[in-house]
Amino acid sequence: MSDAATAAVEAGQQAPPHPLREFWGYFRQNRGAVVGLAVVLTVMFTALFAEFVAPHDPHEQYREHFLEPPFWAAQGSFEFPLGTDAVGRDIFSRIVHGARYSLIIGFIVVALSLTVGVTLGLLAAFFRGVFEALVMRAMDIMLSMPSLLLAVVVVAILGPGLFNAMLAISITYLPFLVRLTRAAAITELSKDYVVASRVSGAGLPRLMVITVLPNCMAPLIVQATLSFSNAILDAAALGFLGLGAQPPTPEWGTMLAEAREFVLRAWWVVTFPGLAILVTVLALNLLGDGLRDALDPKLKR
Amino acid sequence: MAGREPLLEIRNLAVSFGPLRAVDGLDLHVDEGEVLGIVGESGSGKSVAMLAVMGLIGFPGIVSADLVRFAGTDLASLDKRARRDLVGNDVAMIFQEPMTSLNPCFTIGYQITETLKAHQGGTRRERRERALELLGQVGIPDPARRLGSFPHQLSGGMNQRVMIAIAIACRPKLLIADEPTTALDVTIQAQILDLLLGLQREYGMALVLITHDMGVVAETAQRVSVMYAGQQVEEQDAAALFAHPRHPYTQALLEALPERGAGRARLPTIPGVVPGLYDRPPGCLFNPRCAHAESDCREQVPPLERDARGRVRCLHPLGHGPA
Amino acid sequence: MLRFVLTRLGILIPTFIGVTLLTFAMIRMIPGDAVELLVGERGLDPARHAQLRAELGLDRPLLEQYWHYISGVLQGDLGKSIVTRQPVAEEFFTLFPATVELSVCAMLFAVLLGIPAGIVAAIRRGTSVDHVVMGTALTGFSMPIFWWGLLLIILFSGTLGWTPVSGRISLIYFFEPVTGFMLIDSLLADQPGAFASALSHLVLPTVVLGTIPLAVIARQTRSAMLEVLGEDYVRTARAKGLAPWRVIGIHALRNALIPVITVIGLLVGVLFGGAVLTETIFSWPGVGKWLIDSIHRRDYPSVQGGILLIATTVILVNLLVDLVYGLINPRIRHQR
Repeated sequence: MSDAATAAVEAGQQAPPHPLREFWGYFRQNRGAVVGLAVVLTVMFTALFAEFVAPHDPHEQYREHFLEPPFWAAQGSFEFPLGTDAVGRDIFSRIVHGARYSLIIGFIVVALSLTVGVTLGLLAAFFRGVFEALVMRAMDIMLSMPSLLLAVVVVAILGPGLFNAMLAISITYLPFLVRLTRAAAITELSKDYVVASRVSGAGLPRLMVITVLPNCMAPLIVQATLSFSNAILDAAALGFLGLGAQPPTPEWGTMLAEAREFVLRAWWVVTFPGLAILVTVLALNLLGDGLRDALDPKLKR
Repeated sequence: MAGREPLLEIRNLAVSFGPLRAVDGLDLHVDEGEVLGIVGESGSGKSVAMLAVMGLIGFPGIVSADLVRFAGTDLASLDKRARRDLVGNDVAMIFQEPMTSLNPCFTIGYQITETLKAHQGGTRRERRERALELLGQVGIPDPARRLGSFPHQLSGGMNQRVMIAIAIACRPKLLIADEPTTALDVTIQAQILDLLLGLQREYGMALVLITHDMGVVAETAQRVSVMYAGQQVEEQDAAALFAHPRHPYTQALLEALPERGAGRARLPTIPGVVPGLYDRPPGCLFNPRCAHAESDCREQVPPLERDARGRVRCLHPLGHGPA
Repeated sequence: MLRFVLTRLGILIPTFIGVTLLTFAMIRMIPGDAVELLVGERGLDPARHAQLRAELGLDRPLLEQYWHYISGVLQGDLGKSIVTRQPVAEEFFTLFPATVELSVCAMLFAVLLGIPAGIVAAIRRGTSVDHVVMGTALTGFSMPIFWWGLLLIILFSGTLGWTPVSGRISLIYFFEPVTGFMLIDSLLADQPGAFASALSHLVLPTVVLGTIPLAVIARQTRSAMLEVLGEDYVRTARAKGLAPWRVIGIHALRNALIPVITVIGLLVGVLFGGAVLTETIFSWPGVGKWLIDSIHRRDYPSVQGGILLIATTVILVNLLVDLVYGLINPRIRHQR
């Protein structure tokens, strides 16, 4: 372009925004996502500083105060703001500590499934052939079983417990991540910049990690957020079935299992742990949706 | 056709998508039975303008105009129902991509008779007869069998013929063809254009032909309107436009035609690109790419000048000096 | 179309074999002595242990054991339950109709509410209607269904007393099961109030189980509709001057439903997982509850057989959904 043209552009009305700013701009417009982010940060804060936020020790049983209702009800008090459970433990404190468990569950499951899943997916996309066929068949078989059932099978083999539950859940998420990574990697592999990279002599590991992987990031990030929130739900489900965290661990699902027999007598023992799960997972899902929309603004228009 | 009310009259049409003005201050008219060519590169707003007339601009586009009048009726005064009675009936439009413009789930016959049912009624047998007749008119062999075919079973050229059949089914007064041949093979292009012109003569329709290809316009149009970056920059009778273009952009487009470039070592091109949202130049929108640009072109926004020959939006039009 | 069908059937066999391998390996992987696990007795004296080992075929090479297992499976023999000493297959199929009835009702609930909700949200995109529908769907998607069930029990059974807490029908009714489907059987039995009772027992579990599929279907329908509404052929339909209900309900919907059918197929797996939880809460006598109980009771033959049968059902249903998809999608239907 001529000097005149360049000058015209520089003096011009609008310049395209920096990509990170653009991302934040889109994200910010989505009020749900911002609320989600705020809630998630609150939950994280609560989990980190549980000892300070919770008024009582989560395991301490107050023998004088079995099944006390929340503070706004007749026999309730501020000492136990959300009431107590059947053995006199403060529900609010247990919920606060439970946040820690839920977040740890989310992190570990995502870390495990992401590492193994992405690696398998990339390897399958790069090596093709028999290896790929075997891996994808195995994934198809895993997908043909309901994921909760698969987790139940793994736990049945390994025995109940929080860590085994996390392992089981990570295994059930593998097929989605492997498929996603493989599909994204195959698409990227056919693009010109990869061919160019190969031609200029890039080695396989370098190609995989540095060239191809960053371009598959967007769907992976969204899937990771989804996996995080689903992991909390699935771990709670396993806890509820008695196959996950065992009592007296203050994990939200396990709390619900213990509360089941009091469902008609003491509604608060059931309502609040479940509400905690709902709020956390909902916030994570809003965040995930917001991320997805911001990363792919074409969807909005 | 001078002296009579134009069939379609548009004044000061603007279409914007958020901050982007896709069409800006467009004035246009089409007389009965005439062939108008609208030429421009992609991004010129030529398609968007006609889509706006048809009422096909969706979220998040905003359409405004001082006047859009068709066959004496102000379109703004019509309610949605009345507008739908007009569209597909008296005014029809065909699009660029025939392979995706037909619904893959329904047969050709269904899609043609659907238009007839919506606007004309009649019995099922009458509609079928008319559909067969139409398929014959657009040159589809073995029409009886084709009625039961699905779009993905036909080629691009055939699908475009079907689109034309659907468009002329209700004998429209105006047919708008948005780049009807761009997505087709070169050999088919000529056939489709001939078909359109033949139908135009036979039905006495007005035809608006939108294209980026000056060569197409040369064969077909009686009047030509040239658009650039959402604005109309020139309008003249076709013969006059080709002999004496007044706007530098028109001239550049003509020079880029392969026929005119015969004998030269390199075909001339127009340097630069159509401005988008972020790089609109001050003054005349074309000035960064204009071979004849002068200093005031960068400062003043040229107004649209009208005279006996037509219109031009340029501070220093070519040929006989400023209009 | 034929090719499509054959390919799908072709995948069926390796997948089934894979599942049998999984269940076969399952038992071998549980820590502990295999004989004790399969028989349910501990501390066997060595002679009895050896005898049982030979009976169960555990002293044979692994491949032979697998062959024995799979031939048994194909003949319908999945072993005997440790707890009840009854054939696993028989127990499973007695309880199976209850789960099927619940799942079908839940899926109907999800489809009949979810698709219209998704369409409305797509048409009114960006408005408060859209936000409300999607927000509700997201909430349904985000809550633990066992908690949702308990909450509904507190509200409708506890406070309002409208619905019963557990079981399939009030205990005062007793009749021989004909089809195994309580809704049908209660109509056939012709006892006053039986059908109403069966219905009222079905309401809460259906809503609970159907909530997640409802949310997923609504979201998927919305996004499929939005995508279709931007397609060229929808623009053509509008350019023909067709009425909006026709453009959306016929031209757009027909195409939008195609990806939604795929989602419904994926949901079958989710349904079975959810059935496990729902049946536990409502004491619904189906295979989900039976499976969990078997795990807690260490009834491994039942667990093994149950997993295999459930997985097989899911595979078959997925195959059916795939075939329906092939029929609906005109491009596949017209392939050779």
